[in-house]
Amino acid sequence: MKHLLSIADISATEAINILDTATELARTSDGQIKKLPTLRGRTIVNLFAEDSTRTRISFEAAAKRLSADVINFSAKGSSISKGESLKDTAMTLQAMGADAVVIRHSASGAAQRLADNEWMSGSVINAGDGTHEHPSQALLDAFTIRKHLGNGSGDLQGLHVAIVGDILHSRVARSNVLLLSLLGAKVTLVAPPTLLPIGVENWPCAFTYDLDSVLPLVDAVMMLRVQQERMTELFFPNSREYSRYYGLNAERMRTLKKTSIVMHPGPMNRGLEISAEVADSARSVITEQVTNGVSVRMAILFTLLTGSHLEVGSM
Amino acid sequence: MNFPKYIIKDATLPNGDLRDITIDNGLIVALSQTGSATPTSSDHVVIQAKGCRVLPGLVDLHTHLREPGREDSETVLTGSRAGARGGYTALSAMANTSPVADTAGVVEQVFRLGQEAGYLDVFPIGAVTEGLLGLSLSEIGAMADSIAHVRIFSDDGNCVFDPLLMRRALEYVKKFGGVIAQHAQDPRLTIGSQMNEGEISARLGLKGWPAVAEEAIIARDVLLTDHVKSRLHICHVTTAGGVEIIRWAKQRGINVTAEVTPHHLLLSDEVASTYDPIFKVNPPLRSEVDVHALREGLAEGIIDIVATDHAPHPTESKECEWQEASFGMLGLETALSIVQKTMVDSGLLDWQQVAERMSHAPARIGGYDNQGQAIAVGSAANLVVIDPSRNWLVDRDLTMSKATNTPYHGHTLPGVVTHTFFKGRATVIDSNVEKIGEVQ
Repeated sequence: MKHLLSIADISATEAINILDTATELARTSDGQIKKLPTLRGRTIVNLFAEDSTRTRISFEAAAKRLSADVINFSAKGSSISKGESLKDTAMTLQAMGADAVVIRHSASGAAQRLADNEWMSGSVINAGDGTHEHPSQALLDAFTIRKHLGNGSGDLQGLHVAIVGDILHSRVARSNVLLLSLLGAKVTLVAPPTLLPIGVENWPCAFTYDLDSVLPLVDAVMMLRVQQERMTELFFPNSREYSRYYGLNAERMRTLKKTSIVMHPGPMNRGLEISAEVADSARSVITEQVTNGVSVRMAILFTLLTGSHLEVGSM
Repeated sequence: MNFPKYIIKDATLPNGDLRDITIDNGLIVALSQTGSATPTSSDHVVIQAKGCRVLPGLVDLHTHLREPGREDSETVLTGSRAGARGGYTALSAMANTSPVADTAGVVEQVFRLGQEAGYLDVFPIGAVTEGLLGLSLSEIGAMADSIAHVRIFSDDGNCVFDPLLMRRALEYVKKFGGVIAQHAQDPRLTIGSQMNEGEISARLGLKGWPAVAEEAIIARDVLLTDHVKSRLHICHVTTAGGVEIIRWAKQRGINVTAEVTPHHLLLSDEVASTYDPIFKVNPPLRSEVDVHALREGLAEGIIDIVATDHAPHPTESKECEWQEASFGMLGLETALSIVQKTMVDSGLLDWQQVAERMSHAPARIGGYDNQGQAIAVGSAANLVVIDPSRNWLVDRDLTMSKATNTPYHGHTLPGVVTHTFFKGRATVIDSNVEKIGEVQ
């Protein structure tokens, strides 16, 4: 693996290797030594052409724990906001000797454009491109599910995950459908018909418009953020009606199996897709997802930049 | 105007007959049994066309020449050269220039630039609405009466969306036998749209452009055309459903014609998976099912003509993210080859039918009297010679067009245009474009 652009490009073995590597790296973070010398002298650029605090910080922490030099290149106040093209930005990063570029961009396919052209030679990691994919988020979600429900190793065979909300515009949903199904889990998408893409019946998952029918069946439920702009684009009548049918509140949470977990990629709209009681409940693994994100992103950088992976228990 | 007389020897006519064609003084003066035409004087230039097809010069009803306003992409001169190289003897310059071709002044300027370039006829298309804004009719009458003699009106790039305005435009052009060429795209259904809406757009996370956005406008406009008994031309049909609606309209006797582009005959939306905006075009590339329906529709004559929608753009407009990129691709220099590849080599059309769909019919629709004539004694000597047995490699760095945005770079295509004649004058000899301006 040179790049991580889309979950569609990786095999189940490669995905499990990344999760295993993350498991190993997480053990070091839990212990005394928080920092490994693995990527000393390597330069990783966080190219964030779209605002995102949590993903950038997560990648930055991951790179630093592997001793890489990190350059943050964010939209606000940078040459990107002054209209510089992706090509010129890429060639600038190449001239600075970037070994890897972590790119967040509002345009679907921006990461692939960066990787496919000869503008730069380093690894490209897609940290979210438009409404296409967010592979590192899916890997950290799979890691979290595996840790809680899958003995912390192997694949996700036999598990059932519901992804609820704006599937149409969600890069998190696209990457998760591909990865969770690749790892053997059953995935059910839950959304109003307006927020499911055309052709969803051919995706490797099930779908329904009825949240209540699904909740008692699933091992994990992943709530997606409802973007403010959807309110004005006629996708549903108003936020209260959305919340009434697709919001996860305490009453609905009680219909889940005892062992089921509640996830959210953040940032949350409390009171819209998820109530405060649910977000703060014992079932919620939302802050743990953030912690796991650092380990998984360490594993991604480790895998791409060293060309190897770690076995569980090897360190 | 003193240029050579030509004898095109051993030419295969569109209907398969073998003839020697003698050209003099801008006309076809003799069609003789092969071997019988011999040069009468030393000023006859003999062109050996054994194994080649000779077709009437191609006529494009949909060309973006970009001048005035975007001369960095194309000019009337460079676009004319690209047209000549592709076998065209007439182009129709779309109105979405800057300033917009919505006055007699602009269409006359474009018309004159075409005459000065001298490679082919450039017939300006007038805007339906002022500034292409879709709010009020442009000075359609003044453009029709100008020296440019405009007969086709189109807001191409934009749809004439207001049904009342569309009705009025259709009615107004009846005065002089004009036609409204509609870019069928419901703007409300295509806000921010990037590519055909379907499984591939859903996977790629690119905003979908539903087929119904095109079909709904086609359906509305054939009904309006029927109601006011006018004449409608549908630009670049891309969907199977669009073909069905036009079939229905023609069966009802509605006066509608339609065009398909070469790229919609060849490419499907699968190519968007590369996120390379060289494939980004308006209307978008559709599904394989649509591609086949378009080929069938063109073969049957439901779709009357092939039009290029030649849309040059500067490099930086394509060397970027998909959603930032401009819509459009080059077409003039590859159109005939794509038609051979998709329609002739597949057995869907013979060369006589290609001549109909790329020359006779477009000339009729546009009212271009000296174009699209049968290859016969006394016809204007607008001809193209194509060698269907030879292949060529498309190289974007060798286009005659000022722009390089061809989606076929690196592809080998069948059919080499060896010669083009415009009013008896060779504009292309042995696939090389002549320098017309410098001779004058």
